[in-house]
Amino acid sequence: MSVAKPLPHDAAKLHVTGSAHYVDDLPTPRGTLHLAFGLSDIASGTITNMDLSQVRSAKGVVDVITAIDLDRPADCSPSNHDEPLLSDGTIHYLGQPLFLVVADSHHAARRAARLAKIDYTKTTPILTIEDALAANSHFEEGPRIWEKGNTAQALETAPHIVEGEIEMGGQEHFYLEGQAALALPQDDGDMVVHSSTQHPSEIQHKVADALGLPMHAVRVEIRRMGGGFGGKESQGNALAIACALVAQKTGRACKMRYDRDDDMVITGKRHDFRITYRAGFDDTGRLLGVDFKHYTRCGWAMDLSLPVADRAMLHADNAYDLPNARIESHRLRTNTQSATAFRGFGGPQGMLGIERGMDHAAHQLGMDPTKLRRRNYYADGDTPPAQTTPYGQQVDHFLLNAMTDQLAQSADLMARKAKIAEWNAQNAHLKKGIALTPVKFGISFTLTHLNQAGALVHVYQDGSIRMNHGGTEMGQGLFQKVAQVAASRFGVPVDMVRITATDTGKVPNTSATAASSGSDLNGMAVNAACDTIRDRMAAHLADLHQTDATEISFVGGRVSVGSAEMSFSDAAKLCYEGRVSLSATGFYKTPKLAWDRIAGQGRPFLYFAHGAAVSEVVVDGLTGEYRILRTDILHDCGHSLNPALDIGQIEGGFVQGTGWLTTEELVWDDTGRLRTHAPSTYKIPACSDRPDIFNVTLWDGENAEDTIYKSKAVGEPPFMHGMSVFFALSDAIAQFGQEYPALDAPATPERVLKAIQKVRG
Amino acid sequence: MTIDFLLNGESVSLSDLPPTTTLLDWLREDQGLTGTKEGCNEGDCGACTVMVTDQSGSKALNACILFLPQLHGKAVRTVEGIAAPDGTLHPMQQAMVDHHGSQCGFCTPGFVVSMATAHRNGDTDFDDALAGNLCRCTGYAPIIRAAEAAKDAPVPDWLNDDLPVTTANSPETLDELARAYAANPDATLIAGATDVGLWVTKQMRDLPAPIFLNRCRDLQQIEDTGEGLRIGAGVTMDRVLKAVQPLYPTYAEMIRRYGSAQVRNAATIGGNIANGSPIGDNPPALIALGATLHLHHVDGARDLPIEEFFLDYGKQDRRAGELVAGVTIPHQPDRLKVYKISKRFDQDISALCGAFNITVEDGTVTNARIAFGGMAGTPKRATHVEAALTGQPWTLDSIAMADAAWAADFTPMSDMRASSDYRLTTAKNLLHRVYLEYTGQSSSVLEVQP
Repeated sequence: MSVAKPLPHDAAKLHVTGSAHYVDDLPTPRGTLHLAFGLSDIASGTITNMDLSQVRSAKGVVDVITAIDLDRPADCSPSNHDEPLLSDGTIHYLGQPLFLVVADSHHAARRAARLAKIDYTKTTPILTIEDALAANSHFEEGPRIWEKGNTAQALETAPHIVEGEIEMGGQEHFYLEGQAALALPQDDGDMVVHSSTQHPSEIQHKVADALGLPMHAVRVEIRRMGGGFGGKESQGNALAIACALVAQKTGRACKMRYDRDDDMVITGKRHDFRITYRAGFDDTGRLLGVDFKHYTRCGWAMDLSLPVADRAMLHADNAYDLPNARIESHRLRTNTQSATAFRGFGGPQGMLGIERGMDHAAHQLGMDPTKLRRRNYYADGDTPPAQTTPYGQQVDHFLLNAMTDQLAQSADLMARKAKIAEWNAQNAHLKKGIALTPVKFGISFTLTHLNQAGALVHVYQDGSIRMNHGGTEMGQGLFQKVAQVAASRFGVPVDMVRITATDTGKVPNTSATAASSGSDLNGMAVNAACDTIRDRMAAHLADLHQTDATEISFVGGRVSVGSAEMSFSDAAKLCYEGRVSLSATGFYKTPKLAWDRIAGQGRPFLYFAHGAAVSEVVVDGLTGEYRILRTDILHDCGHSLNPALDIGQIEGGFVQGTGWLTTEELVWDDTGRLRTHAPSTYKIPACSDRPDIFNVTLWDGENAEDTIYKSKAVGEPPFMHGMSVFFALSDAIAQFGQEYPALDAPATPERVLKAIQKVRG
Repeated sequence: MTIDFLLNGESVSLSDLPPTTTLLDWLREDQGLTGTKEGCNEGDCGACTVMVTDQSGSKALNACILFLPQLHGKAVRTVEGIAAPDGTLHPMQQAMVDHHGSQCGFCTPGFVVSMATAHRNGDTDFDDALAGNLCRCTGYAPIIRAAEAAKDAPVPDWLNDDLPVTTANSPETLDELARAYAANPDATLIAGATDVGLWVTKQMRDLPAPIFLNRCRDLQQIEDTGEGLRIGAGVTMDRVLKAVQPLYPTYAEMIRRYGSAQVRNAATIGGNIANGSPIGDNPPALIALGATLHLHHVDGARDLPIEEFFLDYGKQDRRAGELVAGVTIPHQPDRLKVYKISKRFDQDISALCGAFNITVEDGTVTNARIAFGGMAGTPKRATHVEAALTGQPWTLDSIAMADAAWAADFTPMSDMRASSDYRLTTAKNLLHRVYLEYTGQSSSVLEVQP
């Protein structure tokens, strides 16, 4: 059976030879037009005049389009209908698309887009959390508040109060492949769109809306993305819509891709947060109650900010049983890029709030941070005592007590702490730090209806299998995992399964490949389709051999029918000749979910994925520079569908999460201009930034819930292991003096040095 | 201008193309070779890495900021030309498959070419060889595992190319170059194009009649003049690194971090000086070493202390038609400490870069040359700090007493790389680090073991 084997990514050989094609690599028809947006140069105001004459007369320009040239309003929003493709005259952020250049080449379009002369009436932009609070600039009617127990009372009587706040920056996705789309006009007004998107159905829906067509007239296809990380859940809409509109108007193919700088200036990023905390503890380090306030800059449009902010609230407990908790969440509208989905979807921010609280409490109470954390964990076990999250979901099958024990042992945590203390005593200017942080991450879309998936499987008469599902491939290895599921259902080697591009014409009404749900949902849908075909085959073969269908087995590329045996190919041929349908759809919806996001009550998640990490760092007290020396991770993937791919997600997620909390700094100036808009100024981790020693182990277990082969989702949870580096830095900084470092993120050398100065008093 | 080179073993001869056509655009748009990817279009991500071979060997270069005329007489291999003609994978490609080194695959062609180039050159410091290749998916660990696994495999002979014999299409001597430049002083001189490339790809500028320097052999020389090390302006930073490594190792380490392999293989020391950037990383070290800058004009040559070249932000002491021909570092005992401070260690622009050359005799500072980048509108000497130290005992007290002098030398700006406060505080602290290192105490986190 191919499930659970560490097989390579299905496209690995294509990747290494440069023959894996991405949207911009597809051959284009003769006469293809290329598009570029002209962008706003101010963050807030109105356009008083747009002189586009030089744009129109620039070399290679075919057309220039503004909002008033459109037959109907074109909207790009995934949620709120508040993102016009081109400005209606109001400017919401610096970098907002104002007009669309159509030219005979990508360069001609980009070059011409800079030639506009635009006059504005500027208004004062709302850029910061303070600006937004002062202007009462919220999404929704005001803050959302969830509460469990009586937090005010718990805090009033708590022996120790720990209080503070943490700022955490956003994060640019920096998918290596920028946003891209190609629209190809078809017969009778139909449109085919190739889009680098995690959400083909949304592209289809938004393009159909913009073109004034029913969804059946638009087909969206995507074979692979060069990285997504949430940044291609909604941010590709504008390019696809623009291409389709011009393709409809001209009858010519249209392509658009953002130059890296444009990509970073136009598209949304991870939400930055400020979280304040006020927590009460008893003398043993048990948390009695905690009051959180979340403030997040959502940018100019709603996009996915409400569920992101919800998920931050949903992870305010992380691994801890909070007897009393109050969480107040402010979703602030600002004149900046519209913050969007990014791996973890608010979860990392929510978690960082409580992990900071725990770290701070350990410092204040003089306790070992791991011991204090353990003191507050939920209990392990399949039938633990009643223990509910702040939103009322019973936490069963919690693993982190056992996992923390195992990790502390394999990472030699206690002995290393002692060694580090010794080392620190001998070094005045360099200090080491170490920290263990846990992760408990909820798996399911919190918008319950999204937890569905479809698949389409064909078995051909030669026994080869062609498989399609609604999930998209962005590097995570989803297609490989699901192909392993299909191969396992038919008992054939995985190379008999052909993986095909995601296509809204094959599987309709799909959800975004997001929320770590790809293999859970699509694996189950493909599983169902395969079983339908396999059952039909078994029934037919049983008939032929006068036996019962339960006697038929599909193993090792062979089909056994009682004492007879044949190849799967022969079996397929027999079934074809017996006029058995060898094509089936499959469908899956996640069970057990019930969630009221307004009340903050219910069961939003089918299960939790767990993990823990230990990181050791060294910090320079003169410059704030630092290195990660070692990281050990133990992570829970349930019964892994493919351990090699899962370890890849864990290693990559950790490094990306570490980047968020260390070197990746987004800087806007006071006019609202993003100053870090290219890899020259925005620094994701490079090769030498990974830990010198980097051990990743999978927890030996299986999902207690009925998921595909008892596996667990792995896309997002490992991202948060980057917190271990952040708190190791905090630990190292604390060695320079007495005060609590109260380190903010990202912990650039500058922030680290500032915290060292604070600690030194 | 005719441009002749080999592309994946096949001869190519081009003419009538704009001279600022990048190799990347030409590969993808004219040749349909889409394996080479555009990730950033500014030489920072390495997705477009190609292998370029000339008489001096094989180098990884960023195709996005490599103009076609720079390839004249060379051999280019893209990712499509790394596997054998029969499809057998290069050992690095096979190892990347076996060790799960690709996820989304978009950065992978660039990694594979960098790995194949390092492998061909026997370079096994993969953290360094791959510092200019960004990956957002894997966290690099499996890529390094792949590189380690394949490093001892024999170098495939299918990568061998017979270089084309070509005739000059740009100046080959300094005199020829000076004449061409004097005749056309508005021309853009292009050496490695690691900066000028961005004028084209990011600022969309037209460069009228550019003059390419890479064939000018008079600019390519490194020589020991007896009194010093003279480095021609066209010497690429990878060669500067090797030349200064035995003499001034902290300068060499700064060069290693200043740019990735792809950038060091293209960028020249002359370009880094001539563009006058306040955050150019060579000038602080050269100023601290007391280097002499050699300028050349068709009317004659002149020399000046390098710090005098930088007049003001964006303004250098260079008249029309005059060009930077080289720099000489006078021989001296190595006291140099160069510190580059940036958010990320590798391939990042400095928040500040400090170079210290302090002579201590019998416990007293007898001479101090201290220079910084990132602290003013130009690379600048810390003359007040130097004066405050000179003649004083070499102690932490003297360093503390020099504290006030820093503000007289520098009022740095705040920007996206660092605040003014951080720059000034860290600059002061770096003098403290010099003291620690001069007295045998390591203070670099890069040298700490787990």
